Amino acid sequence: MARSNKLQRRHGISVTGRRAGLFCLLLIIALAVQATRIQVFQAKAYDDNAANQRQAIARYSQPRGNILVGATPVTGSAPTGGRYDYKRTYPDGSLYAAVTGYSSQIYGNTQLEGTEDSLLSGTDNRLAGWALWDEISRKQNPGGDVYTTISQAAQQAAMQGLGNQKGAVAAIEPSTGRILALASTPSYDPGSFAGSSSSDQNAWNALQADGDQPMLNRALRQTYPPGSTFKVVTAAAALANGTVSDINAPTGAPSPYVLPGTTTPLVNDTSSCDQPNLSLDTSMVLSCNSVLGYLGARTGLDKMVSMAENFGFNDPKLDIPVRAARSNFDTSMDQSQVALSSIGQYDTAATPLVMAMVAAGVANNGTVMYPQLVDKLTKSDGSSVQVMHPSTYKQAVSPAVAGQLQQLMVDVVQNGTGRNARIGGATVGGKTGTAQHGVGNSGTPYAWFISWAKPSGSGAVAPVAVAVVIADSNATDVTGGGLAAPIAKSVMQAVLQDH
Amino acid sequence: MATPSATADSPRPAPAVAVRSGRNVELLLALAAVAIVVFGYVEVGVNIDGRAPSDAALYGAALGGLALAAHGVIRWKARYADPLLLPIALLLNGIGLVVIYRLDRSTPESQVAPNQLLWSALGVLLCLAVIVVLRDHRILQRYAYIGALVALVLLILPIFFPPIYGSRIWITIGPFSLQPGEFAKILLAVFFAAYLAVHRETLALTGRRIWRWELPRLRVIGPVLLVWAAFVGVLFLETDLGTSLLFFGLMVVMLYVATARSGWITLGLLLAAVGAVTVGWLEPHVHSRVVDWLNPLGSIAAGQGANQIAQSLFAFGAGGLLGAGLGLGHSLLIGFAAKSDFILATIGEELGLVGLLALLLLYALLVSRGISTGIALRDPFGRLLAIGLAALIAIQVFVVAGGVLDLIPLTGLTLPFIAQGGSSVVTNWIIIALLVRMSDLARRPLPTEEA
Repeated sequence: MARSNKLQRRHGISVTGRRAGLFCLLLIIALAVQATRIQVFQAKAYDDNAANQRQAIARYSQPRGNILVGATPVTGSAPTGGRYDYKRTYPDGSLYAAVTGYSSQIYGNTQLEGTEDSLLSGTDNRLAGWALWDEISRKQNPGGDVYTTISQAAQQAAMQGLGNQKGAVAAIEPSTGRILALASTPSYDPGSFAGSSSSDQNAWNALQADGDQPMLNRALRQTYPPGSTFKVVTAAAALANGTVSDINAPTGAPSPYVLPGTTTPLVNDTSSCDQPNLSLDTSMVLSCNSVLGYLGARTGLDKMVSMAENFGFNDPKLDIPVRAARSNFDTSMDQSQVALSSIGQYDTAATPLVMAMVAAGVANNGTVMYPQLVDKLTKSDGSSVQVMHPSTYKQAVSPAVAGQLQQLMVDVVQNGTGRNARIGGATVGGKTGTAQHGVGNSGTPYAWFISWAKPSGSGAVAPVAVAVVIADSNATDVTGGGLAAPIAKSVMQAVLQDH
Repeated sequence: MATPSATADSPRPAPAVAVRSGRNVELLLALAAVAIVVFGYVEVGVNIDGRAPSDAALYGAALGGLALAAHGVIRWKARYADPLLLPIALLLNGIGLVVIYRLDRSTPESQVAPNQLLWSALGVLLCLAVIVVLRDHRILQRYAYIGALVALVLLILPIFFPPIYGSRIWITIGPFSLQPGEFAKILLAVFFAAYLAVHRETLALTGRRIWRWELPRLRVIGPVLLVWAAFVGVLFLETDLGTSLLFFGLMVVMLYVATARSGWITLGLLLAAVGAVTVGWLEPHVHSRVVDWLNPLGSIAAGQGANQIAQSLFAFGAGGLLGAGLGLGHSLLIGFAAKSDFILATIGEELGLVGLLALLLLYALLVSRGISTGIALRDPFGRLLAIGLAALIAIQVFVVAGGVLDLIPLTGLTLPFIAQGGSSVVTNWIIIALLVRMSDLARRPLPTEEA
């Protein structure tokens, strides 16, 4: 009797069974809670984890939108038959590598392929017709297209001109800032490592190991001492600030010109420069270091910095939309350093893009336009998503000063170091530069040329401005006029003929 | 109670309360389950090929035929059985077949859906055979000991066969492989139910008292512990952690239900904790799983890429709330066992949280019907057996789903009815047969004088 009382107190199977049921229910509730946690609250983090291949699979499940030069796609997509359905192809990869960058399943996206990736891959919200419905139906938009401002003729002329030398070309339409050519040599084929196979990896590794750095975009991402081409900026600063008012009047520059605070004279490459009181025009035509150094120092650090910055120097975020490396003009220097910097030496360093902006600003009557590489973005059906509008970067100098600078540059080509850039039937303005390089000038000098050209007698703004740099050449006579000017000429000719 | 006839033309007295057998509900739900499964099959085809599979109608007809046959046999032999059991089992099994078929589509080198379909049909037929042959579950009580012995032999057999994925839990004969541990779990539940039904009072009430603890007599508790130890010992040798955990949970739950001594639960949890820590520490195979459980993304940080658990979590995450749609996920990235242990990840990815919760709800319903069957029965053996079988399903779902959801360390078990595995699906259909049989008895109206 006591026993059954005890049993009664202890509950029967009805009660314990119910509790066991409750326990089972709790187990399943725990699963539901954990599933909710993962699928709702942690889903985003898991989706974005780099080791999660789903986004990549989705990304490569459809052909990527194209990058176009004119009306011609310079990219394509090919089915792979692997885990990733499509990979990028480049019909003429090395010609446009500096424009497109690469889109690789393993190594990611760079340059235009990178900055416009969301549009090209179809994830850009602007491609969606009905954003909410697309979200619910999980519809993937086809990739949009990127129309570049590049001129096929100018790009081909630039690449042909550079040939197998190490160098770069940037060409700009001065009135709009449209980039007409962007070339860097040696180049590479971005299609060689677009997929994810071992041959893609081998191609990538070989490019990485190449001492010539074929994947470096020298037109945008590499700075060089601009040498004498920087004298255009110095002349602009001198004219704009009244250091010089008449380009043909004596400047009062001494000869020899001893760097302020030192006993070192600023030497010239040609003895014709070694006389006092040369005019600005003569100094530019002969590329006299002493005169321009003197004028830079007289104009002063602040005004030199300000003028350099008007043309794009010291801008860490020059996005075209691919970001250009920062071109440098020191903001804190003594007078002798200002003098050296004013002839493009000391710490002065510029990308070919910024030097093209210098030439373009002069050609565009003093207004520097923001350089732009993208003409328009469209959906896959061709309807516009975004159209490029020219925008002013800076009003660098007044039209009057710009006119004087144009005259100086024309004289350089007509009578001076830039004769190799002369084009029949065209007015060409230019400036050469030969920048020393290496410890004790042991390296091959950088050969520069910046210029613009327009049909003779035209009152309009020149349709093309170019900067060319040759970083390494086998030529014996390494000068801007000898090596770089012919390339600039062929690019300008290509644009003028196209025009 | 004698009910006098109300009217002259009524030959037999009407029952005071009309008892609903639920057979029509069962028929309706079974057909609905078939419809859902065929819909899923069509969805896979549409999402992968852009059109319905050409054999969808045939497939639907065959499944419908099987469902109707099962329903007919239950109507004939187990008229009062719980009407939810068959439809839930049909739906779960059907979902499993659809998901396996879907995974087959992504693995051209391994087609397992036809085999699984064969095993499923065999499972349904065996289920029906059990319902027809076994007229009263209490007969099983007589064979409990011999059943336990058979189960032990079944468990030991795989030791003589080569290991697969590090575990010796399969018997392979030609193209067929069996997992005897699956069958053993029913036999073990029957043994526990039979033994505890007889000895529950002794276990609950007698024993030596040490301080506040009343220890049961070793003579009584001994056989249970011995049998269980033998089972778990064998499983441990075969490194079948999931089944060990399952059997352990089963014993603790049944001891508690039988004796109402919460001490069993305390002791069980304590033993489980000690066992888990020891095994997790000593066994390298298990240790690595514990490490993965605690830090599922660790292998990524270590630069070795995503491990299985991380891939599983990625799959669940990718599914989100509504899922990618059948056929549109990438859960194959999980690698091997995508069709068995990790099949839940595909459901999570392609049917989303909504689909996953619906699935868990189906399991919860199935378990709750088993528990209510147990509570409604009057014989202790039947009560313990029904509750034990329900607990088996719940624990198994928890262990495998908890593993792939990173709630507990991964141990390797099959998701009942869903995962690929012939032994598993057949065993689960037999559990359904037993529950159908017992629920028929539990819900049958008491014989009245009218009979």
